[in-house]
Amino acid sequence: MSARDNILARVRKGLGLPGEVPGAEREAARAYIAAQPRGPRPTYAWNDGVARFCERSEKLGSTVDRVAGIADVPRAVARYLHSKGLPTSAVIWPALQGMPWAAAGLDVQARAAQGSDLVGITGVFCAVAETGTLMLLSGEDTPAAASLLPETHVALVDVTRIVPGMEEAWALMKAERQGPPRAVNFVSGPSRTADIEQTIVIGAHGPYRVHVVCFG
Amino acid sequence: MLLTSSSFKRNVRRKLADPSLQRNMKRFGGRFVEARAAVMTEVDNLEEIRIAAAAIRDRSLANLDSYLMEFEAQAQARGTQVHWAETAQDVNRILIGIARANGVRKIVKSKSMVSEESGLNDAVAAAGMQAIETDLGEYILQLAEEPPSHIIAPAIHKSVEEVAELFSEKHHTPRQTDIPALCREAREQLRPHFLSADMGVSGGNFLIAETGSVVIVTNEGNGRMVTTLPRIHVAITGIEKVLPTLNDFSTVVRLLTRSATGQSITNYVSMLTGPRRDGDRDGPEQSHIILVDSGRSRLLGTELQQALRCIRCGACMNHCPVYQNIGGHAYGWVYPGPIGAVLTPSYVGLENALDLPQASTLCGACQVVCPVKIPLPELMRVLREKSFRQGLRPWHERWSILLWRSAAERPWLYAWATRLAVRVLRRLAGKDRLLHRLPGLDGWTEGRDMPAPSSRTFRDLYRKRHS
Repeated sequence: MSARDNILARVRKGLGLPGEVPGAEREAARAYIAAQPRGPRPTYAWNDGVARFCERSEKLGSTVDRVAGIADVPRAVARYLHSKGLPTSAVIWPALQGMPWAAAGLDVQARAAQGSDLVGITGVFCAVAETGTLMLLSGEDTPAAASLLPETHVALVDVTRIVPGMEEAWALMKAERQGPPRAVNFVSGPSRTADIEQTIVIGAHGPYRVHVVCFG
Repeated sequence: MLLTSSSFKRNVRRKLADPSLQRNMKRFGGRFVEARAAVMTEVDNLEEIRIAAAAIRDRSLANLDSYLMEFEAQAQARGTQVHWAETAQDVNRILIGIARANGVRKIVKSKSMVSEESGLNDAVAAAGMQAIETDLGEYILQLAEEPPSHIIAPAIHKSVEEVAELFSEKHHTPRQTDIPALCREAREQLRPHFLSADMGVSGGNFLIAETGSVVIVTNEGNGRMVTTLPRIHVAITGIEKVLPTLNDFSTVVRLLTRSATGQSITNYVSMLTGPRRDGDRDGPEQSHIILVDSGRSRLLGTELQQALRCIRCGACMNHCPVYQNIGGHAYGWVYPGPIGAVLTPSYVGLENALDLPQASTLCGACQVVCPVKIPLPELMRVLREKSFRQGLRPWHERWSILLWRSAAERPWLYAWATRLAVRVLRRLAGKDRLLHRLPGLDGWTEGRDMPAPSSRTFRDLYRKRHS
């Protein structure tokens, strides 16, 4: 018998389940998964999902800017980078390279991120109002490392893509995609550590700064 | 990891007499406790969510084989190679096998307590490869050649001065005691390793049966690095970590991060499903998962099955007065605190960790804060009874209990014996009415005096009141 069979047999014996392989129980497990029940949620409520998202993002240590439409985004990003004295060249999701970045004075490169990139610009799949969280799906035009390797991560959020909770984010992913991508990353503010004397330090291995530009 | 749980009492004595550890543990004190309390007050229906989370974990465990098979099928369908490890040694063997087959020389690791169970880093080094811990706390400990003392804050027992010394010595850099500067120093040391490693090894907070994914819940970003940059990713986790659905995960993670660090969510929650897809510009070319039994299946079908609900938040140890005083190393294995007092004897054998279930006042704080309602004091009592029944306790303890029992079963004898004991104790106490030493209970009186009992026993007083 293989290690797999030994372990599964021990599990089954320990649980006191009859027979050698699950029959009806596995069907029941599949039925439970298919039914997709949702658990209880915290009772706190909010009227304006966008306001909630922005407020929680700031609480997580991100900075938030809000502009009227997508056309205003490149200038808003440039304004932020200038105000912080950050470089104006950035690695960007290939999905976003069609926007007028050069006109805003930014030099963007659509490719996978490298260790030397200082600014990364990404979109999001959607964003979660409950916690102020960005949800990013990896893919050909949305590589994962652009939100990880650079010291500054600028995320563009279409306000129509803000959902109440993580459950709605999963539902949206299932509705629009065929199965999960390689990586789903929920990002909630700049990276941090408290491993030395429980002192919170912003900027561990990931970005020191997360700047969210909401548009729409 | 080297098991020293059998010398728990000696470990404790040493830790209590260690002034720097005592200082560091005092500082540790209430911070996690306060942070958790603050963020829990945001949630009015906490109890409802705890009950749901415990039920989700129970559902996974009650049909663990079905959910594991479902997980395996989904993971394989998306290109993940699933390995099964019966023992901790098997974990090392499987991982080194994958590494050798792919010409791996450098491994970067994010936190994995399961890999501590098997002493993976030593095995990897013995196989001629380099394994580098990248979680800041774990990195500090790897430099110091020490095991973790807490499951989520592994270097909690170290002060900034100790870290400063260590970094200066190992990095050959000027000593600095500014905490953000030390963090940047570690970042700069580790960044080249992330970019040059052949393999990334992570733990797994949860396995999702629905999608065949592994989920990791982190703050530093190193978990994302090790699962994104190297060409091979291997996740190592226990078989009990499976959850049926993504919705179930959403319910449980709300409690995990709040209970652990007092965050409503951690900086990163990453769900990984299979290797790099066609066209992807980053991500590993190979994705593996090692599912580890190593004693877990033994708990199924027993009262201790409830301990497998554990989601490793660490709240039980943060709130434990024993842990707060002795730190994690005294427990002598991977999992300290109340959950360790239950899991260690179960995984390594009760006879090898005999004193751990005794390392509790049964005050119940751990059970109150446990997000998945594990009745930890009850489970420690189960293990205490088991060790007594199996004759594992020292003879004088067994005889005392038997003696007490025979008296307790004979009220006249009990009344007589207590009256006698009161008289003896009062005489021993002397003028200041305090007992500085108790024969046979030196450990108890080492740190405190026992007040002499009143001249009348409870029975006398009770009889008087009701006469």
